[in-house]
Amino acid sequence: MPDSAPAPADGTVRRFGRVRNFRLPAIVATVVFPFTGVVALVHSLRSSRRTAAGDIEGGRLAGARARDWCWYSLGYGLFVYFIGFVVLLFTIRDAALIKVYFDDVMFDGSAWRSLLKGFWINIQVFLWAEVIVLPWALLVAVVRQLPGRACAPIRWVAIAYCDSFRALPAILAIFIINYGFQEARLPLLENLSSKQYAILALVLVYGAYVSEVYRAGIESIHPSQVAAARSLGLSYGQTMRHVVIPPAVRRMTPALMNDFIGLQKDTALLSTIGVLELLSRARFLNNSQATFTGYTMAAMLFFALTIPLTRMVDYLQRRAARVDQAPGDEDDLAIAMPLQPVG
Amino acid sequence: MAFVELRDVHKHFGRNHVLRGVDLDVELHQVICLIGASGCGKSTLLRCINALEEIDGGVITVDGDRVSGPGIDVDAVRAHVGIVFQSFNLFPHLTALENVALAPRKVRRMSTREATSTARELLARVGLVDKADQYPDHLSGGQQQRVAIIRALAMSPRLLLLDEITSALDPELVAEVLDLVRELATDGMTMVLATHEMNFAREVASKICFMHQGTIHEEGPPEVIFSNPEKERTAGFLARIIAAGRL
Repeated sequence: MPDSAPAPADGTVRRFGRVRNFRLPAIVATVVFPFTGVVALVHSLRSSRRTAAGDIEGGRLAGARARDWCWYSLGYGLFVYFIGFVVLLFTIRDAALIKVYFDDVMFDGSAWRSLLKGFWINIQVFLWAEVIVLPWALLVAVVRQLPGRACAPIRWVAIAYCDSFRALPAILAIFIINYGFQEARLPLLENLSSKQYAILALVLVYGAYVSEVYRAGIESIHPSQVAAARSLGLSYGQTMRHVVIPPAVRRMTPALMNDFIGLQKDTALLSTIGVLELLSRARFLNNSQATFTGYTMAAMLFFALTIPLTRMVDYLQRRAARVDQAPGDEDDLAIAMPLQPVG
Repeated sequence: MAFVELRDVHKHFGRNHVLRGVDLDVELHQVICLIGASGCGKSTLLRCINALEEIDGGVITVDGDRVSGPGIDVDAVRAHVGIVFQSFNLFPHLTALENVALAPRKVRRMSTREATSTARELLARVGLVDKADQYPDHLSGGQQQRVAIIRALAMSPRLLLLDEITSALDPELVAEVLDLVRELATDGMTMVLATHEMNFAREVASKICFMHQGTIHEEGPPEVIFSNPEKERTAGFLARIIAAGRL
């Protein structure tokens, strides 16, 4: 084996010794985003120079740096151009967009107070709806899972409920339940407020979604867990209660939170049935003071509530992916075993 | 009448006729080892005795009581017949102690305090008392399997079924689990175990049953089966085991 192959004069080395100097990407990067692109180009040139001088290792190293800086140019370049586009959008025509979205009302305490009063209704509605949805959806999911031919009729009822309410737009469900129940004057349900009818509608719509989340969670528990529990003499109900549902709930928390974020945003639909919640009040500001900024302020309130929650969902999802390795069948074990600390 | 009796037990999975007329007697304090190639019905047989699978024909009795057929209280059967699985199947959201104490609390209606102290005693017996508050994924495979065994023992079963309990373990962890089973055998626990550990089977078994295509093809004391089998298939199976260096 020759200890150092002489480099050909043209700077190219065949096979393993080939040095890639990333000249073309570096040139593109220099043209499109010179701040980092020029660094890529310098490394690229250095790579060719070293290679030509016979320093293959050095040429490869400089080539690798050139490639890294090409990627930097892509990432940072896109970022800067995106920010530039947004800034442009808000400043053209004498910053017309800024004037529309952020006028003096933004600093008007009474406007904020009015909006917050409305937002408090949104919060009440989604808190009530979420608290009711949790057990309701669990009930639906468990009914859908009941085994045996005897339970088939109630399984069908649960399936029909899920299918129909998932097919129904939330706004339509709110209309149907609010106006329909007001009109029909059913016993017990006749004197509810529009807010309460809307909570009922949201519970029915989101209950259908959340029951699917529960079902996926329950089905994600390996059958061997059920076998182990039943083999100890635990009944079907005890097995569900103590062995299946607790880990299922932990596993499905991220999906559940996603549905709850949707529910929180859908509370704005209450504005369509005359409840004075956040969006209605923003529209009122729009009408009375001829300002669009109320909508911006309403959006900011939703941001403040929902964005921390979405970040938390992401965090929970990452954590679930990391720790969730329940010993199931042998295939799972093959993956899980090497990760387990032994001792 | 034997403590456990199987008479002409049949089991189908769809069109797959897995058990084709199994007859087996297990006397009290006996240790029965089921051996045979994968897919011969060992695991299915154990799951049938525990009523985890419903049988399609025949009769299974434990201590004179039928444990198969319609109207049987399967939970009562299982509370007296324990089973340990190849893949441990510990409950991942419960600690070792809670895994052991769950069934005594919920099925035997023991108080939490009593169940906990019993579970702790059992853990101490297998040298795992310092792991009582660990979750299963912080235990080694051998430790998990020992917890799974005492989880079954916590229900004071009259019969213990062990389904290839060392097959999922790293080789160096097999001994600690087999030691525990050996101890149980010495204490007189009636056991039926499906196993590929032939040396262990030869050592602890009162009777070896070689299963082939859903029946018990040959049975007898270990010294006979392992050194002087009557049937050709048994001899062939053992020859392959020896060729693989497992006997």
